[in-house]
Amino acid sequence: MTEVTYADTWRRPPQIVKRRAWRWGLAVGAVIYLMLALGTIDIDWQRVVVGLERGQRFVAGFLQPDFVSRWDDIAQGLIESLTMTLTSTVVGILISVPIGIGAARNLTPPPVYLVCRGIIAVSRSLQEIIIAIFLVAMFGFGPFAGFLTLSFATIGFLAKLLADDIEEIDERQAEAIAATGASWWQLINYAIQPQVMPRLIGLSLYRLDINFRESSVIGIVGAGGIGATLNTAIDRYEYDSAGAILLLIIVIVMLSEYASGYVRKFLQ
Amino acid sequence: MLQIDSLSKTYRTGDKALTDISLSVPKGQIVGLIGPSGAGKSTLIRCINRLVEPTEGRILLGDSDLARLGKRPLRRQRRRIGMIFQEYALVERLTVMENVLSGRLGYVPFWRSCLRRFEPHDVRRAYALLDRVGLLQHADKRADALSGGQRQRVGIARALAQEPELLLVDEPTASLDPKTSRQIMRLLTEICAERKLPAIVNIHDVPLACQFVQRVVGLSAGKVVFDGDPSTLDETALSTIYGADDWHAMQQESRDDDEAESALRLVGVGT
Repeated sequence: MTEVTYADTWRRPPQIVKRRAWRWGLAVGAVIYLMLALGTIDIDWQRVVVGLERGQRFVAGFLQPDFVSRWDDIAQGLIESLTMTLTSTVVGILISVPIGIGAARNLTPPPVYLVCRGIIAVSRSLQEIIIAIFLVAMFGFGPFAGFLTLSFATIGFLAKLLADDIEEIDERQAEAIAATGASWWQLINYAIQPQVMPRLIGLSLYRLDINFRESSVIGIVGAGGIGATLNTAIDRYEYDSAGAILLLIIVIVMLSEYASGYVRKFLQ
Repeated sequence: MLQIDSLSKTYRTGDKALTDISLSVPKGQIVGLIGPSGAGKSTLIRCINRLVEPTEGRILLGDSDLARLGKRPLRRQRRRIGMIFQEYALVERLTVMENVLSGRLGYVPFWRSCLRRFEPHDVRRAYALLDRVGLLQHADKRADALSGGQRQRVGIARALAQEPELLLVDEPTASLDPKTSRQIMRLLTEICAERKLPAIVNIHDVPLACQFVQRVVGLSAGKVVFDGDPSTLDETALSTIYGADDWHAMQQESRDDDEAESALRLVGVGT
């Protein structure tokens, strides 16, 4: 009887590119492309020096934030932003729940599914700033355009994630409810809602703090809120006020992130 | 009571799951449906309440043909058929009580079910059923807080809340340990006897089936190949259902299991 000898080395077999030559070729090609690409960027070093100096002033302003001299503008901007955030999130959720249900393949017939997925696709493909520019042109400067922008963006975000979540539910629970003779609405209420509710709440809170951050960005293109105040401050070279505004945004975002994280953990 | 006439099911992929099945189940009879995996046991059960759409044939429950019903009438007929699932299929995040009451969904309007304002006699019956399956004190717990055997008992209570005229039971013991399996089967058979309920129990554990059911139907590759009393289920019959194997050894093994279990019970362990 012969003794079987087993190998004492083992290497993980290549998973994606099987040929050794190809693997090396791809790696070398990627490095060469990166070098060439870096080579085409031309840098105006004089401009960089000027910019660094401005940056220095900005950082200095940031380190000595001035909350006082523009406080009225800042407070108004903050209130506008917070109002915009909350209202747009609520309206966005109210609209995105039915669209999300409509966009779940396992609940709705194909025509409804396609329409709802279409709405989601449009909402998701347009970036907030582009929608904001468009809506500011339509409804004029101010928070109303911002509110519409954020509501519209919320629909794409929430409806898509909700629909995907509904498509991944445990089908057996839905089957069991359907087998009792439940209607479509009862099926939603008893089999779908319990399964997706914690995630829906979590996503809504997450969207709430995304909306606050976005509200400060779209303000820059004229959609009101703290972003508009920030933009004005930078335009006037009042970097100390701008620093104060940035600090406030950071604090509020951190607070809302901490709060929504806490609530989500509590829901699990 | 239930009459199935030349039922066939062909999946869209072209796989023939059921071929020309005819079967009739009288009131109060418990039928054990056995057969290897993929024989079409689950498909057959699901065709009856149309969780799977049958391709051909008739399914008569009383005098309505379940295979030809539109959406609304189908929902009305589904109320008459209670179903118990493999791995319970309870709505995990709802309370035990809500799960039991969900058996009434076919009878109540949406607003009642949505506000959880069920009618007093429904609530009373739900409590009575929970008492019957021994879970009265767990009514307010969430379903995912229960053990496997308890969950299956909630599943039984949910099916009974429908006041069904027929029970469809799909692998009720598939994820339970041997002792709990026996308890669940015993509970099922007792309940069926109490209410003269006919039941089709899809089960892969042959000795367990023989112990509890009054009639065994063997499926193989989508066809009925055995139909008779459990006592007539001998080695030749098992070989036609499952293919040749050493059945004697398997039955001996399960007898050993039984003895071991009763021995444990005598010493007072194993609970």
